[in-house]
Amino acid sequence: MRARLDGSEEDKVSENSPGAPILRARGLRKDYGSGSGLVRAVDEIDLEVAHGEALAIMGPSGCGKSTLLHLLGGLDRPSAGEIWLEGRRVDRLPERGLAHFRRHDVGFVFQAFHLMDELTARENVELPALLGGCSPREARRRARRLLDQVGLSDRAGHLPSALSGGQRQRVAIARALANDPRIVLADEPTGNLDSTATLDVLRLFESLHTAGLTLVVVTHDERIAATANRMIAMRDGVFVDEMRLTGRKTGNLGDLAGLGG
Amino acid sequence: MGTALLVFRLAARDVRRHAAQAVLLVVAIAAATATLTMGIALNGVTSQSPYLTTRAATKGPDVVAYLPSAAEASNLSRASGVAHHSGPFPVASATIRFDGRQADVFAEGRAAAPAAVDQPLVTTGGWVRPGGVVVERTFADALGVSVGDHVSLNGKSFLVAGIAVTAAQSPYPNLCNGTLVGPTPAASKFSSACPPFFNIPVLSLPGGRELSSSDEVGQIWMTEPDAIALGSAADPLTTYVVNLKLSNPGDALAFAYDRFAHASGPGTALFSTWQGLESEDGKLIQDGQGVLQPGAFLLALLAVASVAVLVGRRLSEYARRVGLLKAVGGTPSMVAATFLAENLMLALIAAVAGLAAGWLVAPLITKPGAALIGTAGPPALSPRTVVDVIGLAIVVALAATLVPAIRASRGSTVAALNDVGRPPKRRGALVRISSRLPIPALFGLRLVARRPRRSLLSAANVAVTTTGIVTVIAFHAYADNKVSGSAALTGGGLSNPVVNRDEQMLTIITIMLVTLAALNTLFTTWATVLDARHAAALMQALGAQTRQVSSGLVVAQVLCAIPGAVLGIPLGVGLYKAAVHGGSLPPVSWLAAAALGTLVAMAALTIVPARVGTRHPVAEVLQSETA
Repeated sequence: MRARLDGSEEDKVSENSPGAPILRARGLRKDYGSGSGLVRAVDEIDLEVAHGEALAIMGPSGCGKSTLLHLLGGLDRPSAGEIWLEGRRVDRLPERGLAHFRRHDVGFVFQAFHLMDELTARENVELPALLGGCSPREARRRARRLLDQVGLSDRAGHLPSALSGGQRQRVAIARALANDPRIVLADEPTGNLDSTATLDVLRLFESLHTAGLTLVVVTHDERIAATANRMIAMRDGVFVDEMRLTGRKTGNLGDLAGLGG
Repeated sequence: MGTALLVFRLAARDVRRHAAQAVLLVVAIAAATATLTMGIALNGVTSQSPYLTTRAATKGPDVVAYLPSAAEASNLSRASGVAHHSGPFPVASATIRFDGRQADVFAEGRAAAPAAVDQPLVTTGGWVRPGGVVVERTFADALGVSVGDHVSLNGKSFLVAGIAVTAAQSPYPNLCNGTLVGPTPAASKFSSACPPFFNIPVLSLPGGRELSSSDEVGQIWMTEPDAIALGSAADPLTTYVVNLKLSNPGDALAFAYDRFAHASGPGTALFSTWQGLESEDGKLIQDGQGVLQPGAFLLALLAVASVAVLVGRRLSEYARRVGLLKAVGGTPSMVAATFLAENLMLALIAAVAGLAAGWLVAPLITKPGAALIGTAGPPALSPRTVVDVIGLAIVVALAATLVPAIRASRGSTVAALNDVGRPPKRRGALVRISSRLPIPALFGLRLVARRPRRSLLSAANVAVTTTGIVTVIAFHAYADNKVSGSAALTGGGLSNPVVNRDEQMLTIITIMLVTLAALNTLFTTWATVLDARHAAALMQALGAQTRQVSSGLVVAQVLCAIPGAVLGIPLGVGLYKAAVHGGSLPPVSWLAAAALGTLVAMAALTIVPARVGTRHPVAEVLQSETA
């Protein structure tokens, strides 16, 4: 089944979203392999994300949601289709432009945290700012502020190995915010966390969303999806359903995405 | 027995699975063992066999005496103990010119008929005839003449009628030989060591210049009338040579000493014995040894670095295999034994390959030179040589694998099963400093700080390479000075066969050094690239450009190389000073250029692996690290 969002649905989404679209994808496709071994991880997906929106993409493992996130964030290039950020086409940017896009426009949060083991929490958070051309002093100032924001100012000098999973993920979130990105993309941010740490991260995402940050979260976790304005269910590389959240939980979306009982 | 068999089978399978790495490892150790084989093999080789062959073929004399008059020479030929003789023959000094080159020669006047003692063996062309000269073969090679060419001697034109070898002369450029010059009270001049500068009035050079021990003079033969005609009023013929066969050739030195005491004045007689001449001919090989042995030492050091990098890489690649071995009941000692067995097996293969290669190549460098006929034959592979070479291979393998093997055996099984690599080291000061640097330098410096041991290995690799290159440059400068110095004396510019051979060997050693160093650089960079794959992908995910990340990998290698290159200069100078006693050094700018050139070459070599290594899609790398 391939439920591509048609024009009317798009318009509806656009009307109901908190602001104008910041990120737009058209006919996005990603293929791996060729011939009989061809795998279409993302299949002709159209998507719009509004300013300040929190979007959750849910689906079973291997449905292509992480690949979609990588394409949206410029970590990978699509086989076909277009990606636009605030009216600027991103998918055709040269390597240098794409690096600039990742540096200034998006912030990534990964399931496996992907912190540099040999750097302290503060140094990890400083890194994007240094890459962005900030002075070491300014990068340190930002890192302190962000670590304070995620409640880890007392852990700034610790190496990742001395932090719990939840703390590591909060460091990763602080790092994602280091260059004040237009949009934060999170790939299973609670996938490696226990319930307490998950709760911490949920609260953090909620507060970021409340502060007006645009969020796209790929998740298995219905609780984190429930914090979003909108949820999209994905299966076999395509969107199969979409729902705007009213605050009431129906349970249907999880079933549709194959996550139900 | 069962465990040993299992260890062997596991090691053999792993070697088969990673054939390319195994081949590289064997090549690295074999290069060192082959050079060592050649160096050791030359110990047992002298040019004795070719000298004796030449001596037999030319009716070589036991004693050659240069005296100031034919009468003195005739008297000597009648001395007791002399069985046969030839001469006295007049010896004229002349300046030979050919094709823009010129040199001093001693022209010995000979009869057309064969002499009873010292009849040079013509290897090309014919014997002396009026207007036709025969040129000694090493001198002909240096001058570049062939049969049929015309040469000028003191302004007169002569045809080169033949090229010949003799056992009565040391090869051009007349290395200091066991010649006795007399009379003199200085005992040092009788030793077999190279005597200090001394004059030999009995053999004067054109223009009445006295011959000194540092002059390089060629040998030619011509008819007696032609030789006499070379003399002039200003440059009269004053030297005669007589070649003596003694009843007991072993008494040659005692005979020469005895007659030497009867000489009429300081430097007025010159005696050469066949033992002294034989020793001179062996100097070509001894010189080669002096080049090969330091070369083998440097290559062995590089081989240790190669093996260490390869083994280190393999260990981090196959940590999971170690975990599996332990999980199914392998003891730490068994894991260590498997790893050691694998590398020792390869070291043994490399030792055999090195022994074979060294043994096959050694005859090429033990060629007796143009002065003699015959061959030195293949060097004998004594049990001691075999033990030494295998020992070197094992030491190289052990030095590089023992610590990683023990580390692997002691590591956590769970961590190994999860393929958790060694955690990177943290150097807070370097991280802080790097924050102030441009992105490639920031990344490069942090990579250096992550793996200090590998960085040290990289530095050692460059230090050894620079040492080798500086030594070679210093030797070339020394050789150039030597050749141009002799050219200044002779006004010539002839090539020096001893220096040529040393340079050939140095070139071989240099090629091997540079090849091994280049391979090491590639191994190290690739190991760094693989190790830093996650960090590089993360840097890109956070907004670093691919070019900045690959430049960072290059910077990491160059940062390690800088101290190595700087250290290589004094080490190279030290090695050169140890090998060439009293040799002058090339200008400092040359040495600095060598170090800088090595750095540039290293940087260039790292570009390709660094670019290839950062070409993987970022998402793929980050995903695989998650899995």
